[in-house]
Amino acid sequence: MDGLAGYVVRRLLFLPVVLLVVSFGTFFITRWGPGDPISIYSGQYRDPEAFARVRHTYGLDKPIIVQYGIWLKDIALHGDFGVSFRYRDRTIPEIIGPKIWVSVRLGAYAFILTFLLGIPIGIYAAVKQGTWLDPFLISVFLFFQSIPVLVTVPVLVILLAVKVHWVPPGGFDGIFSRSMIIPTLALGLPGVAGVARLARATTLGALHEDFVRTARAKGLDEFTVITRHVARNAVAPVMTTVIGLSLVGLIEGALITETLLGIPGIGEYTFQSVNAKDYNVILVIVLLITFAFVLANLLVDLVLVAIDPRARLAGGGGP
Amino acid sequence: MTASSADEQGRGAGAAFVAPAHAGSSPFARAARRLLRKKIAVICMIAIAVFYVGGAFAPLLAPYGYNHQNLDLAFHGPSLRHLFGTDALGRDTLSRNLFAARTTVIVTLATLATGFVALPVSLGLLAGYRGGFADAAISRSGEILASLPALPMLVLINATMRPRFLGWVKDVEGWLHWHGLSSSGFADYFLIFGVLSLFGWVGGMRLIRAQVLTLRRSEYVLAARASGATTRRVLFRHLLPNVMPLVVVGASASLGAIAGSEIALTFLGVGVQPPHPSFGSLISDGASRIALEHHPELLLVPAAIVATLIFAFNLLGDALNDVITPGAR
Repeated sequence: MDGLAGYVVRRLLFLPVVLLVVSFGTFFITRWGPGDPISIYSGQYRDPEAFARVRHTYGLDKPIIVQYGIWLKDIALHGDFGVSFRYRDRTIPEIIGPKIWVSVRLGAYAFILTFLLGIPIGIYAAVKQGTWLDPFLISVFLFFQSIPVLVTVPVLVILLAVKVHWVPPGGFDGIFSRSMIIPTLALGLPGVAGVARLARATTLGALHEDFVRTARAKGLDEFTVITRHVARNAVAPVMTTVIGLSLVGLIEGALITETLLGIPGIGEYTFQSVNAKDYNVILVIVLLITFAFVLANLLVDLVLVAIDPRARLAGGGGP
Repeated sequence: MTASSADEQGRGAGAAFVAPAHAGSSPFARAARRLLRKKIAVICMIAIAVFYVGGAFAPLLAPYGYNHQNLDLAFHGPSLRHLFGTDALGRDTLSRNLFAARTTVIVTLATLATGFVALPVSLGLLAGYRGGFADAAISRSGEILASLPALPMLVLINATMRPRFLGWVKDVEGWLHWHGLSSSGFADYFLIFGVLSLFGWVGGMRLIRAQVLTLRRSEYVLAARASGATTRRVLFRHLLPNVMPLVVVGASASLGAIAGSEIALTFLGVGVQPPHPSFGSLISDGASRIALEHHPELLLVPAAIVATLIFAFNLLGDALNDVITPGAR
C-alpha cells in the first residue's frame, strides 16, 4: 500500500487550507447578511449615537475584508478568537467548553448504543446469510435510520414522557439521569443500520478466511468459531469507522435533538448563536466541527481502504 | 429511466468495443430487469410513485386549500369531512400533507436535476477527462465542501442569506412586473435547492471522476480516439453511458437525504416559510405540547409519510446498488 503515508500527510497539510477557506466563507456569509448582533441586542428603540459608538468599538463598521484581516491577526498574534456578543465577560472557549462536554457525553451514550446493537446484529445477519432473517434484520434497522431525528424525538416524547411518565420530556440533569434516555435513543438508533451492514460485510469476508476453515476443521462448535475467530477480525475495522461515521451523524443529529429537548449542548448553542448573529462564536464552532469532520473522514477513508483495497483513496463520503 | 433512453444507452455502449461480458442486451436493460425481479424494489418504487403523484397533483387531489381555515373546526379529530382531522387553525390535515408532499416533490426533483445529475456529471467528466488545473480546482473545492458539516452550514447559510436573497427576488420581480415568485413560496424553494445542490455535487463528482480516470485508458476509448472521434464524442457517446449507472445509484441513494434536509431546514425555521406547507412545519406544529397530548395524529400522519418515503428511497438505493454492483452483496 505505497503512497498511503504520503496521502495522509497530504490530507493533513490540506487541513489548514480548508480551515482558512471555511473561516473566510463563514465570516463573509455571517457578516454580509443584513442586521448585526448590536442591533439585535439594542432592540428597536435605540440611541443612534450610542449604537454607532458600540458598533465602532467592535469594528463592525469596517469593510468585511478588513474585519477578517483583524480577526486573523488577533488569532495569529494573541490566540484571541474574539468576543462573544452575548456573553461579553467570558471568552469563547469558556462559553462553549461546557456545552461541548455535554454533547460529547451525550454522543458517547449514543455511540455505545449504536455499537452494542450494530455489531452483534451485523455478525448475526452475516451468519444467517441466505435466510429471510438477514435482509429482515437489516431492513428493520434501515427503517429506524429512515425516520428523521425530528420525528423520533417527539414520538419518543409522546410514548415515554406523555403517555407513561417514565422520563422527563426534555432538559438535562446529568448523564446518570433518565433525561438521557430519549436523546440517546434518538441519536443512537439511526446509526445501527450502518454499523450492522459494515459488520455484516467484514464478517462475510472473515467467514471465508483460511483460519475459519481451520477452526471448523479442528471441530470447534459454530458459536465459538463465530465469537472467537470471526468476530474478532470483523469488529476492529468496524469500530474505527463507526467512530468516524457516528461523529458525522452525531453532529448533525445533535443540532435538532438538543434544540428540541432543550439540552444545553453545542448543537443547541450553535442554533442559538446563528439566530443571535453571535459572529465569533459561530466561527469558532464551525471551525471546530470542520476540524473534527476532516479528521473523522480521513479515518473512515483509511479504514475503508484497509477493508477493501479497491476503494480509491480519493473517494470518501460518497453521495 | 425510460425505455427509450435505456435503448440509447445500449446503442452508445454497443457502438464502442465492449468487453464480451457486456455483449447481447445492454447493461442498463439487464440491470432494470434484475431490479424489477426484486419484490422489495418494486414495492418501494410504487410507494415513491404514489407519493410523487400525490404531491404533483396536490391542487387537484386535496379536498381543501392548504391555507383554508375554519376556526369553528379547530383541533377536530378524523371525520368524514376531514379524513385526518384538522389542525390548530381548523385547516384540513390531509390537504396540508398533500401540499407538503408537493413541496418535497419540487425541492427533491430540482435538487436532483442540478446538484446530483447536472453538476456532478459535468464537473466529474471535466475533472476526469481534462485533468490538470480543471481537475485540481474542482477536486480541491469539492474537498473543502465535503469537509463541512452539511446541516449546520445549511442552517447558517439559509438563516443569513435568506433576507438578501428575498431582496434580489423582489428586485427581479420589480423588473419583470410580476409578483408570483415570493408570494407562491417559489423563492424559498429556490434558495433551498440552491444550497442543497451546492453541498450535494461532491460525492457524485468523485465517483464519475474516478470512473472516467479508469475508463479513459481503456481500449475502447483509445480505439475511439484512434478512429478520430472528437473529445465531445468520446465524452458523451463512450464515457457518459458507462458512468450513468453510477449517477443513477448515487442519485437514488441521495433522494431520501435531500428530502430529509429540506424537512429539517423547515423544521428549524429556516426553510419553507409559512403559510406554505412542508413536512418540516407540519411535524413542528404536531410536536407542540397541546397537539402532542390531545391530537397525536397531527404529528403521526406527516411523520409516517416522511419515514415511509425515506425508507423506500433507502431500500430502493440498496436494491439498485445490489443490481449494478453484484459483487457488493
